[in-house]
Amino acid sequence: MNPLQIAVALWTLVGKEIRRFTRIWPQTLLPPSITMTMYFIIFGSLIGSRIGEMSGFNYMDYIVPGLIMMSVITNSYSNVASSFFSNKFQRSVEEMMVSPMPNWVILSGFVIGGMARGLGVGVIVTIVSLFFTRLPVEHALLTLLVVVMTATLFSIGGFINALVANKFDDISIVPIFVLTPLTYLGGVFYSIDMLPAFWQGVSMLNPILYMVNVFRYGFLGVSDIPVVAALAAIAAFIVVFFIVGLWMLERGKGIRQ
Amino acid sequence: MAEPALSIRGLTKVYGNGFHALKGIDLDVAEGDFFALLGPNGAGKSTTLGIVCSLVQKTDGKVSVFGIDIDQDFARAKYHIGVVPQEFNFNQFEKVEDIIHSQAGYYGMPLREARPRAERLLKDLGLWDKRKGSARMLSGGMKRRLMIARALMHRPKLLILDEPTAGVDIELRRSMWDYMRRINREEGTTIILTTHYLEEAESLCRNIAIINHGEIVQNTSVRQLLAQLHAETFLLDLSHPLETVPTIDGFEVAQPEPSQLSVSVKRGQRLNDVFTALSEQGVNVVSMRNRANRLEEMFVSMVEDDNGDQQSSSVRIDDDEVEPVPGAEVRQ
Repeated sequence: MNPLQIAVALWTLVGKEIRRFTRIWPQTLLPPSITMTMYFIIFGSLIGSRIGEMSGFNYMDYIVPGLIMMSVITNSYSNVASSFFSNKFQRSVEEMMVSPMPNWVILSGFVIGGMARGLGVGVIVTIVSLFFTRLPVEHALLTLLVVVMTATLFSIGGFINALVANKFDDISIVPIFVLTPLTYLGGVFYSIDMLPAFWQGVSMLNPILYMVNVFRYGFLGVSDIPVVAALAAIAAFIVVFFIVGLWMLERGKGIRQ
Repeated sequence: MAEPALSIRGLTKVYGNGFHALKGIDLDVAEGDFFALLGPNGAGKSTTLGIVCSLVQKTDGKVSVFGIDIDQDFARAKYHIGVVPQEFNFNQFEKVEDIIHSQAGYYGMPLREARPRAERLLKDLGLWDKRKGSARMLSGGMKRRLMIARALMHRPKLLILDEPTAGVDIELRRSMWDYMRRINREEGTTIILTTHYLEEAESLCRNIAIINHGEIVQNTSVRQLLAQLHAETFLLDLSHPLETVPTIDGFEVAQPEPSQLSVSVKRGQRLNDVFTALSEQGVNVVSMRNRANRLEEMFVSMVEDDNGDQQSSSVRIDDDEVEPVPGAEVRQ
């Protein structure tokens, strides 16, 4: 395919993915808005007012970046995982496989679609948060960069999950048993400075801690971990995950006999 | 000399469970041909076509499409191939026109070019009025036609139809046959067809290959194949029921029903002799037809002969050679 044809194919796939999650918006865009509103009301306003300050900020301001990031992570991941697996299940993935579209375009199309939903939900949650607090932005470009990188990483993760999944249960295992615990333990609701030294060390093994902290640094200017090292780690994960996803696609893992 | 539309050499496929689906088959399909690939379930038809369109990975062998080796440049070969699979393989929740437009996009065709092409195909196949509706609302026949329209969007020179009329009513099947004949004749599209309706192969195809146990057991023209038929059985409807079966010298006669005779006519024998003998015995024939499709008789005898040779020691797999996803549910 020439570059123009590749652009058409990629745009087709991205457009199809965006159409999918906007068509079923009550399942994809509405629930995270409602859930996060509950978090803001219960943890931010009701309980947060009794907690006081965290790292020099009121509790609501402290948790908002983490909650936005949590929405971006879960929505990017689950969008690609459910969409690609659904394509696999309905065998409509064959439409792409019989076409001359390169595998990297297929992977990129689904990943961009997942990013679109993750970032879209992130924007919605941010808007909702403005009803509860005045959100400061210390480093706008850094904030944007880290949220885009995080959405990319978890979209690729969702794609790999869908490739190896054999049934719908298999695409909910990782979000429930891996992503949710890691997110809750990734410093969304607390600073790891509050933990004993041992648990601080354990927390440093959690990749989501880095993303949440860099994102929070973008908004508030405070972070538990070095920002540059965190960005480098996220970038390295993206490269490794993309290569793994592409390799699996080339081998036809889960889609070719 | 023009390159064949499809050239297969020594194609082998061994599945993960050790099943030898293809045992080194050779096959050529000329450009412009209307070609039938026949065989019983699990014979290797879908595996062969799956390899040609990249849904199945071959174990060994060479496949070329219009001279393009798929190992060298599969992407370029894919531009020439349109596929209509056995089972519905589109997103049932999408709109008909979105399915068609997306397929064009996957081949790099911009939307401004895809729209008029889609309009023509959807109108030709009687789906234009359904274009804004969800694909799951279509009837089975409409879904099959949707897959044909989708396969033709990028103007393939080779169209692969894997049992395209399965489960389609007679009227619709005839209209689909007319459409396939038209694109073969007027647009020069090479068509490869697998089907269980042997009448379909006899009516549509010029050349035919029969595959059984992963091997090509016959590869010739339909005309030559039918010439090999040693005997045909005719059913004669009588004006009155008979109490005893009449005897006709040199012919096998049976009486499936009181008012019907079945007569086997070998090559070289004359039907006139049958009617003369029956007239002499006072039997009146009011109508006559073949007991079965001629090609079907030939196919059954070939496959039975081949099965006898092989003693069926190999592992059978399901119809479409695809493992289902257990416990899965449909979601968008």
